[in-house]
Amino acid sequence: MKKIYSVLVENRPSVLMKVSGLFARRNFNIDSLVVGETDDPEVSCMTIVSSGDQRTMEQIDKQLNKKIDVIKVNTFEERESITRELMLLKVKYNKGNRRDIMENCEIMNANIVDISKTHMIIQVCDVPERTQLFIKMLQGISIVEVARTGTVALKKCCETK
Amino acid sequence: MNGADLIIKCLEKEAVDVVFGYPGVAICPFYNSILESDIKTVLIRTEQNAAHAANGLARVTGKVGVCVVTSGPGATNAITGIATAFADSIPLICITGQVETSQLGSDVFQESDITGAAESFVKYSYLVKNAEDIPRIMKEAFYIANTGRKGPVLIDIPIDVQNQQVSKFRYPEEIKMRSYKPTVKGNMVQIHKVAKEVEKAKSPVICVGGGVFLSDAQEVVREFARKHQIPVVCTMMGIGVFPTEDPLFYGTVGNNGKPYANRALKEADLLIVVGARLADRAISNPDNLMKNKTLVHIDIDPCEIGKNAGAGIPLVGDAKHIFEDLCNEEITCEHNVWNETLNLYKENMPKKRTPNKEYVDPAEFIKKLSYAMEDDAVYVADVGQNQIWSCDYHIVKKGRYLTSGGMGTMGYSIPAAMGAKVGAPDKQVVAVCGDGAFQMSMMELATLKQHGIEVKIVVLRNNVLGMVKQYQHFTYKDNFSMIDLTGSPNLEKIAEAYEMPFIRLKNMDGVDAAIEQLLQTEGSVLMECLIDPADLV
Repeated sequence: MKKIYSVLVENRPSVLMKVSGLFARRNFNIDSLVVGETDDPEVSCMTIVSSGDQRTMEQIDKQLNKKIDVIKVNTFEERESITRELMLLKVKYNKGNRRDIMENCEIMNANIVDISKTHMIIQVCDVPERTQLFIKMLQGISIVEVARTGTVALKKCCETK
Repeated sequence: MNGADLIIKCLEKEAVDVVFGYPGVAICPFYNSILESDIKTVLIRTEQNAAHAANGLARVTGKVGVCVVTSGPGATNAITGIATAFADSIPLICITGQVETSQLGSDVFQESDITGAAESFVKYSYLVKNAEDIPRIMKEAFYIANTGRKGPVLIDIPIDVQNQQVSKFRYPEEIKMRSYKPTVKGNMVQIHKVAKEVEKAKSPVICVGGGVFLSDAQEVVREFARKHQIPVVCTMMGIGVFPTEDPLFYGTVGNNGKPYANRALKEADLLIVVGARLADRAISNPDNLMKNKTLVHIDIDPCEIGKNAGAGIPLVGDAKHIFEDLCNEEITCEHNVWNETLNLYKENMPKKRTPNKEYVDPAEFIKKLSYAMEDDAVYVADVGQNQIWSCDYHIVKKGRYLTSGGMGTMGYSIPAAMGAKVGAPDKQVVAVCGDGAFQMSMMELATLKQHGIEVKIVVLRNNVLGMVKQYQHFTYKDNFSMIDLTGSPNLEKIAEAYEMPFIRLKNMDGVDAAIEQLLQTEGSVLMECLIDPADLV
């Protein structure tokens, strides 16, 4: 079972440590964790994707709520939300596969954002499964580096009360 | 006025009258300012015991215990004491000195990242960067420590912040914390449901834990149980909620508890658990146990509900409020047969012991000691075999039974007893420990002497680490390893060195006179009881 926890926290030093420490101590999984300031500079939003059984998922919600720096926890499933992940890939190319790479980018709506004679950086912004799929599509092409943001998510408008 | 003065003023506002601690350069501004105050200081001999002493004080007074130590090793030494308080939800403020703000992170002399290191053992922690924040932080810290599920709060204050000049002191009237609002009142719908279940139940049992003391709900829980004649059992932390010899009380549950208490748990059709975690030592397989019954789980911490056992009726809130509401419910119930069955179990399932006549029998000794103690005395048990014997045979009348239940920290009893005596000077305080635990905290005999704190100390001596020995006896078929305490000192000489009266009891001959001497001699007394190293709990 997979859940997304959108956690509003006080934007204070070591809050990230307190929240990630909780996951480590209680043996909860972190599939991905993204943190950034919200429109209110005193509040940060952490988006945490985790998986486990029903009891663990409930405990994560409760334990997060118990943390004193946590203001609000929104728990939802992937289907109830809009999720995105940003990925940058640096690949090595040659004349032989350049066309191929560009076609793949076109299919996946990815952009080439930097290029040299031997390397290029591709940007993908999509749902997490499709960013994963994009890596698969580039199999056979030498990927030099990958940087992924992890999932950010908001509950869909129609699901928000 | 500087930051250190502000801390003292805040402590005064919170009605703190004593701090336990140990100085060092990084906390010197604080210990300089405290000279101007009426707050008493107790110089313990190692920092861990400062936290234990504050723990003992908090548990007998219901106030927040305060310990103040220096940076680096001072702070890290305190961690075990903080973790002990955390495991038992004891309200504590631990103030640690810290190196200068500008030097943070540069590994200078006696720097430790204590807020980081203690993170998983505190309810909350602060690193103070500006003295102007001290009043707000102190106000919040006391509030956090002593509300909701109580626990330790750590405040790390760099030396330059303690020395920082401030113009005025204003203690906040109220707390503004949008993210911390503990639930106090129980949900009335759930409370009605519990009342209905009590009416339906043929074999109800209430299991009380340490949370009952923390919410000061002993009286109202007793009132509810007596009103409806519901049998009561307890966890180790709940010992003393009911007097041991109360006809409704059926002992401590768990792998070291009373067989009839466990049987009551097993056969109950309604189990009301209040202020207990249902951890492994109390209930080994909670999901299995709950199959034939309705579980009502009352706790102030929503995380505890459903953590170890799924509750049929979860009820979040303060035990005192919830039981006041429960007492107001109209309930008619009848389960005499059940109570009689439990009485039969109690009569027919005594623990069998075959004491060795050449030694003191710890079971009989502890019983006799409890009868001789004052009704409202505080009994502090350490950890190990002595803890289990204490738990099994100490008779609580109106007093308290303290022990490190969650963490099982050896060496807890003497410093905690010291804190309890400082918090309740009118009460008789007895600490019972083994010779292993005694050697972990015997340095505090000096503190008792220096500050004239009266604690009666009983050491059950068998020259081995008995609990581990017993475990190796059963699990490793007597392949004993690391349990021999040869080299331990002659306790009579230790007592003499600290100018403390000493009593040695070799067997049960003269036990009553020895106990009388222990309790009647003025000041702290050290008593050694020689017990059989082969004895099992």
